[in-house]
Amino acid sequence: MLEAYPDNRLALILLWSFCALVLAFLMLPTLVVVPLSFSASDFLEFPPRAYSLRWYENFFGSATWMAGLRTSLILGTLTATVAVPLALLACISMNRLGGKAAATIQGVLLTPSVVPGILLAIGLFFVLAAQRLVGTLFGVLVGHVVLAIPVACIVLLPALARFDWNQVQAARSLGANWPRAIGGIIVPQLQISLLSATLMAFLTSLDESVISIFVASGQNSTLPKLMFLSLRDQIDPTIAAISTLWTVIVLVAVLIVSLRQKS
Amino acid sequence: MKSLPITIDGVRKTYGSYVALDDVSIDIQAGEFLTLLGPSGSGKTTLLMALAGFVRLDRGKLLLGDRDITRLTPNKRDIGIVFQNYALFPHMSVLANVEYPLVLRKTPKAEARQRALDTLARVKLEGLAERNIAALSGGQRQRVALARAIVFEPRVMLMDEPLSALDKNLRETMQYEIRRLHDDLGITTIYVTHDQREALIMSDRIAVMNSGRIQQIDTPQRIYDRPSTRFVAEFMGEANIVAPGSVRKIDGADASREALMIRAESFHLDATLAGRDGMVLEGMLRAKTFRGENWLLTLALDGGQEVLVCIPSALAGGCAELAAGQRVTAYAPATKVHAIPGAAA
Repeated sequence: MLEAYPDNRLALILLWSFCALVLAFLMLPTLVVVPLSFSASDFLEFPPRAYSLRWYENFFGSATWMAGLRTSLILGTLTATVAVPLALLACISMNRLGGKAAATIQGVLLTPSVVPGILLAIGLFFVLAAQRLVGTLFGVLVGHVVLAIPVACIVLLPALARFDWNQVQAARSLGANWPRAIGGIIVPQLQISLLSATLMAFLTSLDESVISIFVASGQNSTLPKLMFLSLRDQIDPTIAAISTLWTVIVLVAVLIVSLRQKS
Repeated sequence: MKSLPITIDGVRKTYGSYVALDDVSIDIQAGEFLTLLGPSGSGKTTLLMALAGFVRLDRGKLLLGDRDITRLTPNKRDIGIVFQNYALFPHMSVLANVEYPLVLRKTPKAEARQRALDTLARVKLEGLAERNIAALSGGQRQRVALARAIVFEPRVMLMDEPLSALDKNLRETMQYEIRRLHDDLGITTIYVTHDQREALIMSDRIAVMNSGRIQQIDTPQRIYDRPSTRFVAEFMGEANIVAPGSVRKIDGADASREALMIRAESFHLDATLAGRDGMVLEGMLRAKTFRGENWLLTLALDGGQEVLVCIPSALAGGCAELAAGQRVTAYAPATKVHAIPGAAA
């Protein structure tokens, strides 16, 4: 796009400023939280009048927040561990079936990502209630896996489309059963995509709040659920501290994956 | 290593309304080199993939020796396959690729390594064991694929147009090497190609296929000289089919009822060599093309039919002087005139 205006400096400047504005608009709300988290005040105020680490101390010192963090990290890990292998198998079958069958499977699998979260949460609540699973970690896990599968599929489908299927047939003819062909031939070659899918699944679970609010109960509340609850009851800068930490964690994770992709 | 015969019995495969294999039956002897030859869409690759276990048949049976393998999964068939694009594993070294089938069979590590190295030596790849697949040339990849397919001593080998990606010279070298490897190992081999020259050079027998059916199974020479259908005649080389009735009785065939096939190179222009019972055709020269080893002349017979005449350059003294429009007489010995049963021209 930029090459189309090599000589027009004004156009270039306008274009770059427009891009900068868009990026600023996207980024600023996230970044505003960062100074707030270091505020010494009891309230969310911008700009803060004095700085301190008290809200970080508050977060790390609170048993409730720590329990939430632990639940979220465990749940994210479990979600990725369950969703990515399922998504890989689903993508392999879609890739092999092709045509209408594949389109139907894809439609069904991707539905959770387009249905409004609140509908999914209500539906899930009734299904889990019938099985007496409301309030269990397993119940929340089911919901998060359902949400993470489409995310992982979106990463894995194009990678599989580029994969040379003859290799799997060769492995089969040489004596490999399905698990060995998938584990020994497909997985090592899709490493990078599987890593991205894992990260995306993990982040999907980490970020999810609606299902958690409906399904998770007291002792296994996730961090986002606790954040919403605490926002309802009182507004203090602990939320800002958590958000900042959250942003840093995600940023680091994404950086690691993209660096691995380059190498 | 004992090789096994293969029986393909009444095999049928359809995709919707498309019939890919239509009642195909072949008996392949132990140690035989059989080529499935046909144009694309003739069903030859489908048949090969059915033998490999990747295509589920609608009907019919596949036997390896006396074992029914029709419903067996590919990994239990013990068949070595060389794929058209080689399908090597790019994340493994050459050695690891060749060791792979042995590792799957839980062969002890040292033995697997030794057998893989021996097999690499057999296909002339000594010293490349530690290379990456990406660092190999097309010909070398072809050899790795061969080594990987024979290292576990399968009873049968299937090859799906393995040479189609190589350039002409390398292809010819590999044709002889694959045939030599087959003769050394004595392994029953089914080879798929659309290249009739390749089929003629390599095979014990050729099965010519078209639209899902076997047209003819026979030795290369009989397929070439004595085609049983018009399709085989034309697919195997430059064939002239002369309508019944246009020539008198020849070589025991009833020339008034059957179409006659004469290969373009069976003709000569030398009247002094013409036998008494051969075929004589007279026509107007419509075109001539120099092709290196021979000249190709197109004659228009008086009836309007065109006949291709191929004269070796070494014997074609007068061809350069021939001009379009000139009348030319071509002779073919009776032994080279073949009646195609039931194929009216």
